[in-house]
This record gives sequence, structure tokens and C-alpha cells, in this order.
Amino acid sequence: MELTALLLSRIQFAFTISFHIIFPSFTIGLAAWLTVLEALHLTTGQPAYRSVFEFWLKIFGVAFGLGVVSGVVMAFEFGTNWSALSRMSGPIQGPLLSYETFTAFFLEASFFGILLFGRSRVPPWFYLFSTAMVALGTMFSAFWIMVNNSWMQVPVGYATTASGQFAPTDWPAILFSPVVWVRFPHMLLASFLTGASCVAGTGAWYLLRGEYHAEARIMLRMGLFLAAVLVPAQIFFGHLVGDYVHDKQPVKFAAIEGRWHDEQPASEVLIALPDEGAEANRYSISIPVLGSLIGSMSFTAKEAGLTDFPARDRPPVAIPFFAFRIMVGCGLLMLFLAWYGSYLSATERIGERRWMLWAIFLGFPLPWIAILTGWFTAEVGRQPWTVYGVLRTADAITPFLTVREATISLVVFCAVYSFIFAFGIHYIYRLLRAGPAGGLIEPPVGAVPNRPMSVVDRSATSTAPMGDRT
Amino acid sequence: MILFWVAVLAISMLLYVLLDGFDLGVGMLFGMIGDRERRSAMLSAVAPVWDGNETWLIVTGVILWGAFPPVYATLLSAFYLPLLLMLAGLILRGVAFEFRAHAETSRWVWDIAFAGGSFAAAFVQGMTVGALVEGLPITNGRYTGGDFGWLSPFALLCGVGLCLGYALLGACWLVKKCEGDTRDAAYRLIPRLAIGLLAFLFVVFVYALAAHLQVMDRWLQRPYLLVFPVIGAAAIAGLARSVARRRDGVPFRMVALTFAAAFGTLAISFWPYMIPFSMTIDDAAAPHASLAFMFWGEGLFVFPLMLIYAAVNYRVFHGKVRPDAGHH
Repeated sequence: MELTALLLSRIQFAFTISFHIIFPSFTIGLAAWLTVLEALHLTTGQPAYRSVFEFWLKIFGVAFGLGVVSGVVMAFEFGTNWSALSRMSGPIQGPLLSYETFTAFFLEASFFGILLFGRSRVPPWFYLFSTAMVALGTMFSAFWIMVNNSWMQVPVGYATTASGQFAPTDWPAILFSPVVWVRFPHMLLASFLTGASCVAGTGAWYLLRGEYHAEARIMLRMGLFLAAVLVPAQIFFGHLVGDYVHDKQPVKFAAIEGRWHDEQPASEVLIALPDEGAEANRYSISIPVLGSLIGSMSFTAKEAGLTDFPARDRPPVAIPFFAFRIMVGCGLLMLFLAWYGSYLSATERIGERRWMLWAIFLGFPLPWIAILTGWFTAEVGRQPWTVYGVLRTADAITPFLTVREATISLVVFCAVYSFIFAFGIHYIYRLLRAGPAGGLIEPPVGAVPNRPMSVVDRSATSTAPMGDRT
Repeated sequence: MILFWVAVLAISMLLYVLLDGFDLGVGMLFGMIGDRERRSAMLSAVAPVWDGNETWLIVTGVILWGAFPPVYATLLSAFYLPLLLMLAGLILRGVAFEFRAHAETSRWVWDIAFAGGSFAAAFVQGMTVGALVEGLPITNGRYTGGDFGWLSPFALLCGVGLCLGYALLGACWLVKKCEGDTRDAAYRLIPRLAIGLLAFLFVVFVYALAAHLQVMDRWLQRPYLLVFPVIGAAAIAGLARSVARRRDGVPFRMVALTFAAAFGTLAISFWPYMIPFSMTIDDAAAPHASLAFMFWGEGLFVFPLMLIYAAVNYRVFHGKVRPDAGHH
């Protein structure tokens, strides 16, 4: 394959946005959870909540920083590499992303400073408020990103002007597109699950090591119970997302299903090796009729195959096909871990099932894998279009971008991101290993006193002495 | 509607230059005058606010994209390599805040990243403004300059100039926020940086005259523009006075005023062009439906809120940096 500026730009965009999404998907969930912890700490006065809060706040700080800096890149990349797209769709995508900046980034940035440095400078209620504002900001950000991306998936409410711009004609149709309102919850739930999974995984890790018993139990329980409720909801919204793809992007649906020819009733391919040259699957295992049931809720419906569409309008098949199956697999594994883990936790037996603790600990990256593969399915499945059915990716690129420029930028981003990723993960790992013990800061001079924390209710098995801290 | 977004754009850009200007400036000084003690004080002076400051850059970017899409598309793609350098700089200095606090043996890596990243970002910003003043090669609304069409001695000179300017802002911020040795070191730097900046402005002026830059005609056609240099000169005089009297809060305001005057000069000399002298505001404006959608939500309601959040943030962290203001 020849390395054109187009291919290099696509690789760069895929790389930078995949790198970026790792951090917001974690911090969206974590910010909401921090808010709950701070509220619990204020209302119950239990020191373990404060200890868990301080501990996760430090990790939040590192992850949030990585999310911010990799997000700045995204705001520029549309203009540097995809200037034809940004010129044409600017009247729609520009306002949507400007709403993101206006409504989300300032909430996050301003109150994040207070979260990290301001506990001693503000009253407790304002600190809780700041935590909630950061959490709200992360969710606003996700909302506008999903509106923007959903418009690229299913463009609505626009007209093409004489100069070739997409001019908005119906903002409510854009904002309240049904596509947005299934994909936004899908992304939000995925983020909450990421937070839950990391928290539960960390709790399981400490229990395996016999450390920080009180904090570990809070982490494990809250993480597992939350996931037990959210995973089924996520599977339901995932199904709704599948419905919109079936109706609005039939060629993407056919690629995900690995269906080459029309079938009536259609079978469901569980696993296979799609062969684009032969327009057929090899080593296919499939279940009859299930394809029609999933696609149209019917035993007899006809389902479209890839060969209904000219080859130049089809996405590459293998990536959406496999990415989708990995995502679903992660979801089913999470369902098992969350339900069985919650059951064991509720019946106080989880400490005896060390293999389950190991599974929860090692399973912490499952939501991330699901998020990345889910986005690969959505974005690669949309190809060869940038704005589905309207603007081809090949026409969206900066026309005068040279291979030299695109190569330099790809190399620089890979180098810089690898560098900060390696250090970031190292620091987060060190924070996790150090554990919540040393987490509480001494009240600085002039601090507004927080509620005095008692140590009475701390678990006797805890190895973290905190008696003299407030 | 168009004018409203021009105004919000101008306010956002000016706020960016003033706010991120001082924290980029502190970043550069961090590499030059920082010993261990000072570095900790310097970081504390900007750590709680830098993220908000940098957000004004994003605001500028997205207003351009939403309200003036051709400007966003043209400028960002024209400045491909310089913006790459700026982004790399902003990334490295941005993570340095958090990473440095967690580093043990690798702290020096983040010291270099913080100072170097700040320098790269400031230099690129000055250079792009210089290239714009000189005029980018643009035909029919499309950039035609190739990979290095922005590169010129004048642009490089402006890059150095903005580094001096930001460093001056940074020094004044340190005077305002710090005490003791750090404050004294910053006071000693202010006269040198200010003289450097004045020398730079003089060279720019001579160059603009010699090269017959189109901007110069504008100054002759619009003599009222001279008001801005006069304000700038008065502010520099105020700076000298407040430094001599060691009035910690005043120098920053004076330099900010100088920056505002310079910004006003440029903005009004370009008017009505957004990309001088090839794309006007009206050429670039998005359809009314886009501008109105932005106006009735983010323009009318959220923009004032943003200013309030920023003000709350500065209010919470007002006054001198506390010696115990260490990391969470």
C-alpha cells in the first residue's frame, strides 16, 4: 500500500483519537464516582470514603492531564489535516464543538484546579460542588462529541450551499436526532463502566495482596454493584445502536455481520474469516435465522448483503467484523464478572474465591478494549465516507498536504504520545501500588476544618494507620 | 451577529494572550532563573490556573471553526508544521505539571519539558502572527505557499519578540504572586525583558518601513491608530515606576495593558480582514443559522458564565502563593 498523505493522515487521526479516548472514558466515570464519594464522606463522616477519594483524585489528576493535552490536539487536527472537511462542515461541526468548549471545558478546567489545590481554600460544600461541576463538565463534553460524531454518521438538518458548504437548516433535528440519543447513553455507560471496572480491579488487587482492607472493600463493592446494574443497560443500548446502524447504514451493518449476499431469513455469523477478494467468508460458524431476528426482530425478514453495494462504497470488512465481536465478547465477560462478583460480594464470600479476585483484577481493561473496538466498528464501518453518504474521506483531506508534512507529524505524535504514555502509566502504577495509605494531606494553615474523622470504624485488619490524620 | 462573534473572538484571543501568556512566560523563566526553591514557587503560581488559561486557545479555535470556517481551515492547514511544534510543546508542558509532582528521579525530564514546551509554544505563536502581518501566499481563498510558505526572517523575529513579551508577563506575574527570593529575581529580570521587548518593537517597525509592508499603509490611512502606541508607551512608563517602587500588583497590569494596546493595533490595522489581506470577515462568516445557533446559547448565556468560572478560579487562588501550597 502506498503511503499517501491521505493514508498517513488517517493513521494519524486514528492514532491520536484512540489515544485520547482512553483518558476521557476513564475520567468521565471517575469524576462521577468522586462526586459520590465526597458526598458520602460529607454526609457519613466515614474516613475511609475520604481516604478513597484522595487516593483516586491523584490518579484522576494524572489521567485528566493526559486527556486535556491529547484533546487540544483534536481541536487543531480537523483544520490541519482535514481542512476540506472543516471548510465544508464548519457551519455545523464548528458550532457543535464550540458548544463543547464553552459548556464543558471551562467547567472542567476551572473547578479541576479547585479539586487539586483548593481543598483548604473553600468550604466543604463548595468543594463538593466543584467535584460535581467537574463531573458535569466531562458529561457535557461527551454529549457534544456524540452529537458531532452522530451527525457525521447520519447527517440530518442541513442543505448544501452554492459554495459547497453544509449549512444547518434544522438544529433541533441535529441535536435531537434519535441516533444521538442512543449513542450518547452508550458512550456514557461505557465510561461509567470503565471507572467501575478500574475501581473494582484495584480493590481486588489490594485484597489479593492483603492490604488496605477497608478501602479495598469499598472499591470492590461499589465497582461491582455499579457494573452489575450498568452492564445489562449497556447491552440494551448497544442493541439500540445496532438498530440505527441497520436502518441508516445498511452497508456498515452488513460488514459487521459479515454478510456478503442477501439472505432471507438471514443467518447470524458468529465467527469467520471474511475474504474480500472472494466476497465470501471462510471457516464460518453461523446460526440460521438469528440474523433476521437480530436485524429486524423477525423470523422471516430479508437482510441486505455487502454485494448489494458497489465495491467503492463498502468499508473494509475485516476491521468492523472483528472489532465488533471483540467488543461484544468484552461485554459478556464483564456481565459475568459483575454479576457473579456482586453475588459473592453480597454474600461476603468473595475473599475466599481468589480466582475471582484475580479475574476482576486482570479484567480491569475490558471496558477500554470494548470502547476502542466499538469506535473502530463505528468509524471504520463508516468508510469510505467522512460524512456518511455525502463527503468521501479522500475529499475531506487538506488538498495541499504533502507526504513529508504528514510523515513528520505522524512520527512526532507517535514519539510524544509514547513518551508521555509510558511515564503516565508508570506514575499511575506507582500511585496504585503505594495505595491509599499516605493519601491524606495535613490541613494547611488557615484551612476550613473538615469534619473530624474518626478511626473507630476502621477495619481492624487494615494495615494503614491513619489515626493522627484529619 | 457577525460582529458579535468577531467581538467574542477578539476578547477570547486577548484573554488567551494575557493569561496563557503569563503562564508560558513563567514556563520559560522556570528554565532560566529557577533553582529548586524558586521552581516550586513558580509552579505553584500557575498550577491551579494554567488549564483554564490554555482553554482560551481552544475557544479561539472553535469560534473560528464555527463562525469563520474558511479562516480556520486555511490558517491551520497553512501553518501545519509550526502548529505541530506548538502542540508538541503544549503537550509536554501540560503533562509536566502533574508528572513532575509524581517524578522522583526523572524530575529533570519534566523541568526541561515545562521550559522547552513553553518556549516552543510561545515562539510559534509569535511566528504565526509575524507571518500573518507579512502576508501569507493565498490565491482565491486557498493557501498556496507549500510546506514552508510561512517562513521568513520577519516571522522568526516576531517569534523571538513574543517570547520576550510572554517572559515579561511571566516575570510580572511572579512579582505579583511570589515572595522573597523568587520575587526579587523576577524584579531584576523585568527591566532587561522590557528593554529587550522595546528593542524588538523598534526593529519590527524599521523592518516594516523598509520592506513596505502593507500594514504600514494602514497606519498612514488611519492615524487614530496612533492612540494605541501612546497607551502602550504610557503603560511602559507605569511599569518602570511601579518596578522602581516595588508595588507588586501593578507591573502585571501595566504589561497587560501594553499587550492589549499591541493587540488593538494589530486588530484594527487588519480590519476588515481576518486573513490580511486576502479574506475579509464577511467572506469568512458562516451562514446566519450557524451564527445564530451559537449566539442564542453559548454566546448570550455560556460566555458570561465562562468569564465567571474563570473569575471564581482566580478569586479562590488570589493573593500570594502560600508556602504550603504544594501539590494535593
